[in-house]
Amino acid sequence: MMDRRAPALAAQLAGRARRNDARARSHPGYWAFLVHRLSGIALAVFLPIHFLVLAQALAHPASLDAFLDWTRQPAVKLAETLLVLALAAHLGGGVRLLFVEFAGWRAEWQKTALALVAAGALAVALLFALAA
Amino acid sequence: MSDTGAWGSPAATGNPATTARAAAWRFLLQRASAAVLALCVVVHLVTMVYAVRHGLSSEAIVARMNANPAWPAFYGLFVVAAAIHAPLGLRTVVDEWLGLQGGVIDAALGLFALLLLGSGLYAVHALTR
Repeated sequence: MMDRRAPALAAQLAGRARRNDARARSHPGYWAFLVHRLSGIALAVFLPIHFLVLAQALAHPASLDAFLDWTRQPAVKLAETLLVLALAAHLGGGVRLLFVEFAGWRAEWQKTALALVAAGALAVALLFALAA
Repeated sequence: MSDTGAWGSPAATGNPATTARAAAWRFLLQRASAAVLALCVVVHLVTMVYAVRHGLSSEAIVARMNANPAWPAFYGLFVVAAAIHAPLGLRTVVDEWLGLQGGVIDAALGLFALLLLGSGLYAVHALTR
């Protein structure tokens, strides 16, 4: 059903969508998006460093051990724990997205799913922190 | 935010059918690599907690890696999936947050994929005796 106001209304709605106002940001889905994105960026930056450090094992096992000693400082352990948290959160959030996209998980379960992902990620990070 | 959406493509110069096909391939590759990574990351998290509890040293890492030929194969698959997944994810971020897209970006992300693949497989090789 189209009336004269339809184009103006559509333009107004489009304008709202582009502004991406506070209501969108107060939605748990927005925070899930942000966590997924920021954790993904952090992991993408970390990955080449991780590989290059491990590759050191071929040429100089001693330098890998020197590096592992360096990682025993509390600040480095904290950074490692945050990386584990990022990995676990990206894993949980990503699996949720796969189920939303391919298994048709319904909208009303999403807050629960997000809460479970957050709890799971924190539990994994805590387990790592306690083990480290 | 681009008008073509997260999986949209520059499309300024390309043939629309080819562009759409490329976008569909990126979508599929990103999800397929995500599914592989989901399984790999679960194994990796468990291994990590185990390894840290039992003392991390280059000797321990190499011993664990060579306990079974399935480990190098597993990490090789892990590296390949990550080398596909990370550049495609960054492509979306660079498009949506920086508004950058096009051949130069794709070439840079292609190089990033090769860097991950090369350094990752080299690391697996380095730890395998």
